[in-house]
Amino acid sequence: MIETAEAMVKCLELEGVKVVFGYPGAAICPFYDYIYKSDKIRHILVRQEQNGGHSANGYARVTGKPAVCIATSGPGATNLITAIATAYADSIPLVVITGQVNTDQIGRDVFQEADITGSAEPFVKHSYLVKDATQLPRIMKEAFYIAGTGRNGPVLIDVPMDIQKVMIDFEYPESVDIISYNPTTKGNGLQIKRVVEAIQQSEKPLICVGGGVFSADAQAEFFKFANTFDIPVVTTMMGIGAIKGDDKLNMGMIGTHGCKLANQAMNECDLLILIGARVGDRAVTQPTFLAETRKIIHIDIDPAEIGKNMPVNIPLVGDAKKILLKLLETMEGSSSKKFTEWLNFLNDRKLPLEFADTPKGTINPKLFMKKLSDKAPSNTIIVADVGQNQIWTANGFKVKDGRFLTSCGMGTMGYSVPASIGVKLAKPDSPVIAICGDGSFQMSFMELATAVQHDVPIRVVVMVNNRLGMVCELQNKQYEHREMAVHLDGSPDFVKLAEAYGIPSMRVDDDSQIDDAIDRLFNEKGIFLLECSVAPNETTL
Amino acid sequence: MKKTLSILVENHAGVLSRISGLFSRRGFNIDSLAVGITDNPEISRITIVADGDDYTFEQLEKQLNKLIEVIKVRSFNSSDILQRELLIAKISIPADKRSEVMTIAEIMGARIIDISLRTMTLQICDTAMHLERFEELIRPYGIVEIVRTGMIAIEKGSNSLRV
Repeated sequence: MIETAEAMVKCLELEGVKVVFGYPGAAICPFYDYIYKSDKIRHILVRQEQNGGHSANGYARVTGKPAVCIATSGPGATNLITAIATAYADSIPLVVITGQVNTDQIGRDVFQEADITGSAEPFVKHSYLVKDATQLPRIMKEAFYIAGTGRNGPVLIDVPMDIQKVMIDFEYPESVDIISYNPTTKGNGLQIKRVVEAIQQSEKPLICVGGGVFSADAQAEFFKFANTFDIPVVTTMMGIGAIKGDDKLNMGMIGTHGCKLANQAMNECDLLILIGARVGDRAVTQPTFLAETRKIIHIDIDPAEIGKNMPVNIPLVGDAKKILLKLLETMEGSSSKKFTEWLNFLNDRKLPLEFADTPKGTINPKLFMKKLSDKAPSNTIIVADVGQNQIWTANGFKVKDGRFLTSCGMGTMGYSVPASIGVKLAKPDSPVIAICGDGSFQMSFMELATAVQHDVPIRVVVMVNNRLGMVCELQNKQYEHREMAVHLDGSPDFVKLAEAYGIPSMRVDDDSQIDDAIDRLFNEKGIFLLECSVAPNETTL
Repeated sequence: MKKTLSILVENHAGVLSRISGLFSRRGFNIDSLAVGITDNPEISRITIVADGDDYTFEQLEKQLNKLIEVIKVRSFNSSDILQRELLIAKISIPADKRSEVMTIAEIMGARIIDISLRTMTLQICDTAMHLERFEELIRPYGIVEIVRTGMIAIEKGSNSLRV
């Protein structure tokens, strides 16, 4: 017999978990006592629980497996809610473990009690409040399974402190048997046939790829499919990096902040093939119009996404990898039709980049992105925050063999620094760069201490315009220039702030300094912070 | 358009709150909700009457199916199912009027289940429309209170909803 807290650690070890992100407190201490005794699990102490959730989010996205974050009861747990919602909106697999007050105290409003399973309910794929310690191993097994299969998402396990101390016979189940959870992964054969026919009848097909391709680990299959038939590709923000930024098939990111050519391709295609993309409102502003004027194929693992935001002609539920392999197999046998002419037509409209001069004492962030992109090693992983910095990165940084990560669905400011810590821990050989604005940086810069303490050599680029740039732009356009609460006066000197953490740093305020700064960014061995002065009226697009 | 949803769920604590939460969160309105255990004690059956168009019900079914503890969901038009609801009404009534109410009860298929000097309590189990007619008939006597269970339903003919 072992304590349930020990069983929890053993479950993590058996799931192959090597790194967890957390912040302890009284109600989770029994569990922490066994993390202390584990030589297989490394605990990263974050500076606020929400950031632990974002770090796990970054870790999960680059490993493709559920990542773990931990908090104590009450405020520890409620601080995690934004991170849980962020993971839910982008379908990122997390196993979130929270401490809870003793079972017999639940419901009495005792110290640090919060109904976390209740309050996180809208943002979790599933949640458990453990009331019977003997069920804990099964629950842990199910949590990892549910988080990382079907449409990925966060699963919460709330464990009362007394339950953590109950002695149980430990046996980790080998398999999961949930009668009500059997995600469809294999595409329906008849629908696959219809998809093939639709492609063969099409003159101007277009693939719109989303984050689902990463969840299914189907980048290679997707690229082979598009490349074999010369089908042009646009991406959602979640889909950036599924195809190389400068590939001839890639027309860029769609949406309100996307590139013109990508949106034109959406409007001009006669067949739109959505793969693992949920037709979010920022990506597709007129879904009904698009659906009325061309054929739509929607491939997604979540049947509820098909037809939710856009009427669809051919729905195809399943795992993107399996479906793409089947499509390739079917089409290679029956069709050699290529869409090179349509592809060339779009490629001829790709415009050379132009960079405007910026006021003295500032750099052009779009030029910076171009140069960063050119100099970045191919495996660079870039983590953008939310706001103008995000769009500059999304449109300007050309991902090669690395990744582009950001909080897309929830648009959670403060994501980039903690997420990049998780990414770097999972991918120590890849350069990992967090790009943020002075607004988003100040939401989570305390995590620089986490990076220092645990020696996680991330790179942080802070675009400083003393503005909440995107909201400021909105107020100028739609509220007759009444800039309200968007001026970030009172911010610290970020170079000095980095120094205070013992982090090497520098500032650039002229385009001529960009090259040297980027060279240093990639050559530094440890953590590095680069502050870029940006004009307050710099536009998003 | 009103439809009836029959939902088989695992009989766990918190399932009902997940389901009702999903309705409110996604802006679906519930007209009536009834829940009870099935012949399998591990499975409960929830019957929900809701209002909406085809899109709403398709979304509802899909979103309900995403809840891990939901085993099966079916939506029915009222013509395809047998619906029943239990109503208990307490009316204030002087002794000399009792026989009138007893006649109404007999015609409508209600039963008198309690009686006091000034009140009478009746129960009736039928369709929502029939219950409403009954309520109209007893209203003039003075309703003290009325309580209804919410609709339950089962498919007509030999079809069944089972795990």
